[in-house]
Amino acid sequence: MDAQFTFLQDYVLASIRLTVPLAYAALGGLLSERSGVLNIGLEGMVLTGAFASSAVALMTGNAWYGLIAAIAISSLVGLVHAALCVNLRVNQLVSGLAINLAAAGLTAFCARILFPSGTVALPKINPLPIPLLHSIPVLGALFTQDILVYGLLILIPIGSYLLFHSSWGLALRAVGNYPRAADTAGLSVSWVRYISVILCGALCGIAGAYLALVHVGFFTEGMSAGKGFIALAALILGRWNPVYTALACLLFGATDALQLRIQAFGIDIPYQFLLMLPYVAALLALIGIAGKATPPAALGLPYSKESK
Amino acid sequence: MNQPSIENRPRPPSGFSQQAMQWLWIALPPLAAIGAALLVGAGLMVVAGASPIVAYGALFRESLTTYYGFANTLTKMTPLLLVSLGVLVGLRAGQFNLGGEGQIYMGGLGSLIVGLNFQGLPMWIHLPLALLGGMLFGGAWAAIAGYLKVARGLNEVLTTLLLNYIAQHFVSYMVNGPFKEPGAPSPFSPLVAESAFLPGILPKTQAHAGIFLGLAIALILTVVLSSTPFGYQVDMVGQNPIAARYANIPVGKTIVMVMALSGGLAGLAGSCEVLGLKHRLFENFSPGYGFDAIAIALLSRGNPIAVILTALFFGTLRSGANVMQRSANVPFTVIYAIQGLTVLFIAISLALLEFRNKRSPVVEAASLTPPNAGTPASVPD
Repeated sequence: MDAQFTFLQDYVLASIRLTVPLAYAALGGLLSERSGVLNIGLEGMVLTGAFASSAVALMTGNAWYGLIAAIAISSLVGLVHAALCVNLRVNQLVSGLAINLAAAGLTAFCARILFPSGTVALPKINPLPIPLLHSIPVLGALFTQDILVYGLLILIPIGSYLLFHSSWGLALRAVGNYPRAADTAGLSVSWVRYISVILCGALCGIAGAYLALVHVGFFTEGMSAGKGFIALAALILGRWNPVYTALACLLFGATDALQLRIQAFGIDIPYQFLLMLPYVAALLALIGIAGKATPPAALGLPYSKESK
Repeated sequence: MNQPSIENRPRPPSGFSQQAMQWLWIALPPLAAIGAALLVGAGLMVVAGASPIVAYGALFRESLTTYYGFANTLTKMTPLLLVSLGVLVGLRAGQFNLGGEGQIYMGGLGSLIVGLNFQGLPMWIHLPLALLGGMLFGGAWAAIAGYLKVARGLNEVLTTLLLNYIAQHFVSYMVNGPFKEPGAPSPFSPLVAESAFLPGILPKTQAHAGIFLGLAIALILTVVLSSTPFGYQVDMVGQNPIAARYANIPVGKTIVMVMALSGGLAGLAGSCEVLGLKHRLFENFSPGYGFDAIAIALLSRGNPIAVILTALFFGTLRSGANVMQRSANVPFTVIYAIQGLTVLFIAISLALLEFRNKRSPVVEAASLTPPNAGTPASVPD
């Protein structure tokens, strides 16, 4: 009885840990794609965030500076993506790809210089128990998370409210669906897209910092390991809605946690099949949702005032 | 496919120099991108406390002027060339096949299965069969994404990326389980039959005949894409699928076929790694060739011959990287940074070129990739 209980508790906590980076990245992707900018660069932005947070946390000895650095540097990467997509009107897929490849290469290089001996343990962001609630017998563990988890839980309803019930959200959705109409109504399509993609970078930075400073505790090359792509799948599965997208992330996070548990329990399935489980789940989810999820109408299309 | 983008550009007077100018306009952005990436790479080396001149000197001297180094360059170039040609075929039809990495793995597996079985066949049957096995596995793996796009409207970008991870873990399982060499210290398969070996071409090195396969396919693709009905069909689907449909071209079928061909070429790269290089299947045997290939194909702007040169350049980087690390004390990962940055810079340089020509439409039109490439617009049939 007790063992089963701890197992369940561990499983729930592991699911949360694996969901958080996905959810931050997916919410970032949501902002970007709602404004009409396709973003497969999530993966590179998360990786950049993980690296920046590791590097600065190591140099300063303070995880919080690491978090701030991750947000700042990943926002810069967002700025690059926005400049390429909005101003230079580069194919948005190519721009995202460029960001992924450049981020993978640059972080791999810088990691060799900063962490020459391989993995270095980093200062971690510590859990912040919520007074009273954390001492509830079983559920207490849920209230002994770190601030990024609470932040996510606050961000989802607020983001959802802003997106659907504020003039800011209306502007965002208008720019992503009917940029011409938004432009005619006096909105600056470029500015809305710039701000959305930069904020997307910031959120991906948090995802990366969580990965490096909370979840893993050190930096390894390519540590984002497809999380950005799974976040994109979650975004589609969640139909570009913050709440559904977060739930989709929870689904993939829980799948990932499940495969780790099954491995630990020594159930007789080759572990490689368990490792591919999150990706299979994402693929199956996409197949299941196919044709039912409608992306923002202007997604992937650069906007120009002059063109017809 | 490069013709339309040149129409509005200033034309020099005479015929010969006109053509030379056209080629210059086409070649300039990739060369500028590579130059800029090498420059930033030099900056990184300085940051790392090394001399870029010493480092680049060591890298290119090793990979291009020494016998073993050049053989190594050819060895690295072979899979790069094949996968990149696959990515390029996809781009010509407006499809972003980002699953080269997974298709390499499946191709390696396909060739292994044929190479282990049918022992005793003469080489002239066994080797082609083994290569075909790799093509079939890689092609089928990519065709899944093509089919999902056509039948379910799923964007191929995300599906091919997810299929990469699945293929890599699947091959890991195969060499840890059913195809594990008994008593092997690390997960790898038994040797394939010698009749399925791709012959070596330079004595005492690992260079193998796969490079000729790649070069031949580049030439064949040039002809097929530029002067056959199939090539026309591919370009038409890539440039304007709606018009293609009005012209009675089976757009959906073309997309699935192109994806299968694209994956088949990536699979062949996996075959070369197994049949030419290691003669076994190893876990995680591709060091990211599938992703390099995307950069190579984008830099080559739809031209298979340009792929040969670009793949040679990328092969050079990979082949000289270790010597550079040893002699100039620069982490070899600097070449990953350079490779990644070339994609960033090709995008920027093409964009700037378009602006210079005051062309307002989307940058990629006929310059980098076909206009509809990768946009999530649904396939019209």
